[in-house]
Amino acid sequence: MAEMHSIDLVVNGRAVSRNVPARLTLADFLRQDLGLTGTHVGCEHGVCGACTVLMDGDSVRACLMFAVQAHGREITTIEGLTPAGGLSPLQQSFCDHHALQCGFCTPGMIVTAEAFLTRGERIDAASAREAMSGNICRCTGYVPIVHAVMEEGRRRGLARNEDE
Amino acid sequence: MRMNSNEMIGQAAPRREAPRFVSGRGHYVDDLRRPGMVCARVVRSPVAHGLIRGIDTAGAAALPGVLAVVTGADIESRLKDIPQRTCPLPGMEHFLQRPLAVGRVRYVGEPIAVVVAEDAYLAEDAAERVLPDIEPLPAVVDARTALRDEVLLHPEQGSNSATSYRVGFGDIGQAFAQAHLVVEERFYVHRHSAAPLECRGLVAEWDAASEHMTVWGAAKVPFANRRILADMLSLPPDRVDMVGCDVGGSFGVRGDFYPEDFLVPYLARHVGRPVKWIEDRRESLMALNHSRETYCDLALAFDRDGVMLGMRGTMVADNGAYVRTNTGVMAGKGTQFLPGPYRIGATSFEVRSVCTNKTPSGTYRGPGRYESTFFRERLIDIAAARLGMDPVALRSANLILPGQMPYDAGALVPGMGPAIYDSGQYPRVFDHALQAFDWARRSRRSGTLDNGRYIGLGLACFVESTGGGPGEHARLTLRHDGCFDLALGTSGAGQGHETSMAQVLAECLDVPMRAVRVHIGSTTLLDAGFGAYHSRSAVMSGAATHEAARLMRSRLIARGAQRLGRREDSLQWRDGCLADPGSGAVLLTLAQLAEGIAPHDGPAERGEIEVQASFMSDRLTYTFGVQMAEVAVDPGTAQVEVLDYYCVEDLGRVINPEIVHGQTIGAAVQGLGGTVLDEFVYDDGGQLLTGTFADYLVPTSTDFPVVRGETLELARSPGNPLGVKGAGEGGIIGTGAAVANAVSSALAAAGISVTALPISMKNLAALLEQARAGEKGEDMKVQGDYLLNASRDRVWAALLDPEVLKASVPGCQSMVETAPHTYEMVTRSSIGPVGVRMASTMRMLDIVDRASYRLVVQGNAGPAGFAKGEIRIRIGDAEANGTRLDYEATGEIGGRLAQVGARLVEGVVAKMTAQFFRNFQQQLGEPAAAATGSPAGAPARQASIWPTWPMVPWLIAAASLGAAVALLITCAMRG
Repeated sequence: MAEMHSIDLVVNGRAVSRNVPARLTLADFLRQDLGLTGTHVGCEHGVCGACTVLMDGDSVRACLMFAVQAHGREITTIEGLTPAGGLSPLQQSFCDHHALQCGFCTPGMIVTAEAFLTRGERIDAASAREAMSGNICRCTGYVPIVHAVMEEGRRRGLARNEDE
Repeated sequence: MRMNSNEMIGQAAPRREAPRFVSGRGHYVDDLRRPGMVCARVVRSPVAHGLIRGIDTAGAAALPGVLAVVTGADIESRLKDIPQRTCPLPGMEHFLQRPLAVGRVRYVGEPIAVVVAEDAYLAEDAAERVLPDIEPLPAVVDARTALRDEVLLHPEQGSNSATSYRVGFGDIGQAFAQAHLVVEERFYVHRHSAAPLECRGLVAEWDAASEHMTVWGAAKVPFANRRILADMLSLPPDRVDMVGCDVGGSFGVRGDFYPEDFLVPYLARHVGRPVKWIEDRRESLMALNHSRETYCDLALAFDRDGVMLGMRGTMVADNGAYVRTNTGVMAGKGTQFLPGPYRIGATSFEVRSVCTNKTPSGTYRGPGRYESTFFRERLIDIAAARLGMDPVALRSANLILPGQMPYDAGALVPGMGPAIYDSGQYPRVFDHALQAFDWARRSRRSGTLDNGRYIGLGLACFVESTGGGPGEHARLTLRHDGCFDLALGTSGAGQGHETSMAQVLAECLDVPMRAVRVHIGSTTLLDAGFGAYHSRSAVMSGAATHEAARLMRSRLIARGAQRLGRREDSLQWRDGCLADPGSGAVLLTLAQLAEGIAPHDGPAERGEIEVQASFMSDRLTYTFGVQMAEVAVDPGTAQVEVLDYYCVEDLGRVINPEIVHGQTIGAAVQGLGGTVLDEFVYDDGGQLLTGTFADYLVPTSTDFPVVRGETLELARSPGNPLGVKGAGEGGIIGTGAAVANAVSSALAAAGISVTALPISMKNLAALLEQARAGEKGEDMKVQGDYLLNASRDRVWAALLDPEVLKASVPGCQSMVETAPHTYEMVTRSSIGPVGVRMASTMRMLDIVDRASYRLVVQGNAGPAGFAKGEIRIRIGDAEANGTRLDYEATGEIGGRLAQVGARLVEGVVAKMTAQFFRNFQQQLGEPAAAATGSPAGAPARQASIWPTWPMVPWLIAAASLGAAVALLITCAMRG
């Protein structure tokens, strides 16, 4: 029977302690052990980006990590990026721009966008598009997603120029 | 944005589902937990074709935490064929699949066993310990090979052809006989599919006490699937419920009945605990329906003005190892849409769908339409070049006109009546597209070099049917809170029905949108329903909602009349209240009308103030669209960049323009990816080589950044009360054609014509390489020029004289003029002891008096193949009252003839041409010398009958072509 490992980490600002098998992925840990089902699993080989979460502020693929690797780390999921009782401006921007249809890629998109914008660098449409190119969407064709990210970038004062 | 209740149709109302999706509060099937739930894992065949000698499950069953291991042999008596749901083509019913393989496996990924364990990880461990003993059989992975019926997948059927039939209308023989030009080409569209981001999953729970099965994770057609499952479980349908969750994309592939749709519920009953099954991406890529793979030989006949006279061809769809619930749509509807938006008086098609040892195929967004639009629109561009016509003008000359609506496009699907295009403004939409894209100016850049890349512009027109029948049901209930629950038989996968249908009800019932809640996707909501497929929800659910609104209006007025003690005709329903028609005073609000209604537990619960409505119709709606692409092709890397992509579609009337626009852009990007990136690749043994997202490439945000879409509302549908036409698939339909036309325009100078998809770097590199090497496959080119000792008038007269023709072509046995400038001839050639007889058709085209024309020769050698030749002749005055004649002969051979190499063909033609001119010179006894470029000489092979006046080189070229072909037939038949 699998050996269990004790892990302590912070998830969405809350301390969490659990015993987990070594081979449990971080994605499955978040979804099943913690009930945080906003993080989605689309490929389990790190390509689609639906499982993207923040670890110590950087975007990572939760499907390519084991829960034990998150020991001592700070994880932020889509739930942690959602303010109580409302939506963040980035989330609202996605709604306003019709930047989602089936919604399955959306949490990963928002986490990736958040990581990108949090870097605080100047952005433009090309760099925003590039930043989102590691997240697959089958529904929208990406155009409105880039618009939503750019609008939030503008709101945060990061936009380099206004001609997109 | 106006938000008055009765003006909601046409508004870009924000999607009410969006807030929960952006905050991670979507509820997809894998998010569902049921008490005591266990997990299933499917064991899949590792070989493409084989006989199951046995499956050792002991090791798997012995693992701790494993509840059950079931093989096909274990439950053979319970396994039934998964039936077809739509478009059953004749014969397909013999090639259906059972949920577990018994005795034989036919594709890599076919379910052979299933394991149930306490959690998903244990189930996967156990599945790996299931040891199948399969004796491999040869696999057939190419449809054309499968047609030979050498390796049979279903031996008891005696053939791999799941269906084979002929359809058509009009007098096809006459259409082609009287044609000024016939273009024919062989096309191929590759295997690819939807790859929705959420993999499939189900949770099934059996309530033994009430003998009731509940299945979560339903999509697309929950009511149809309920019937199928109930039958397989030997239960009455009302003991089975399919409940929808949020769905991570479908695009036609998710939701129809798959093997797992039986296995998971069966296991839930078998183990007595709720069973969850979620496939992983590798499984999804090999088990979700594949689509699109089709070969098509297509021919179009034109008159000299470019008017289409007839279309004929052969469609061969590769349907994988079995026929699934909707497999017939690919070949069946693909054929229906071959003529597209054009007036064609005669058609004839041979249609086949054939089994191969690959994943079974079914519908994927725009099924059959993407393929047939590619075949037809590509052929039209090829024809335009041959006719010397602008591809826009050629299409304009043939588009169906508004005055011809409703237009009978013929019955081209067995068992279905004619396709009647309900309404349309095709020329207007076409002109709009040309203006919006600035086509006239931009297309002039086709073929030019820009920074080392070739620019190309291409376009495509298409017709699409939407609003599939047979109907839809709605249940509308007024609740105690003064709001309405609208339950519809449709399903959702991200299309936003919860919003658009609320808009429809708000407008039709004249109530605020916030008072409407829409529920879809579950059999618990209604007694009957149909679902979401064939872009039908706007039409079918919209119409059912419209009817429900009408019935509810009467109901509310009746209730109000009773409450107020007034006559019904003294009350008016307006803006969500009952009012006095005269004064306008509000008499009862919705909240007041709702007083006395008991609270309810959930939307599935029936209510006191409730109406049930239906809309039934078999009349499809038809949209028309145009797409245009500007590409840049890098000849060094074989990469295609889509610089700009534009789509427009006339939908008649749109409920939510933002939702529709999202569908257009999303579909277009999906289609661009499908044209350039997506590809399922199998090796010769039937192993899927593209089983991960690292190998099966779908587009990302940087691949097609410039995609623009427009929706026009010109031609409403007369077939439903809202006048809407379904939408959602149009965006994908023209992508293969438009990009292929653009790439072909870019590389036209190199003689590259895209006839097969995908336009991957690998495929394009091969075409570029071929062009570079000067080796154009089976094409051959011969040219030369001569000085003739006769005046131009005499030469021209000879060029048009049929007596000269007959006497001049070597071995010509008969020549009959069957139409103006069209001759059927039979030639016989002797090569040594072998005689070859060839029938060919010769036509004179593009005649410019005393200056030039083209001669098109087409020979058919039956199974040995075909040969086509074209000789372009130009004459001009030369000194001493002579005539200078230039000729350029090109040809194509196909079939077995093509196995003879291009170089050899060219050599033979060149030799024979030279030989004839030598003889000619001898006959005349005059020094008619070749000026330049005349082919090398060769000794005469056969005696010829020469006319007494100057030999005309075009006859020689034609004859040499005919003789060369005859020789080659001999070689091919020997070889």
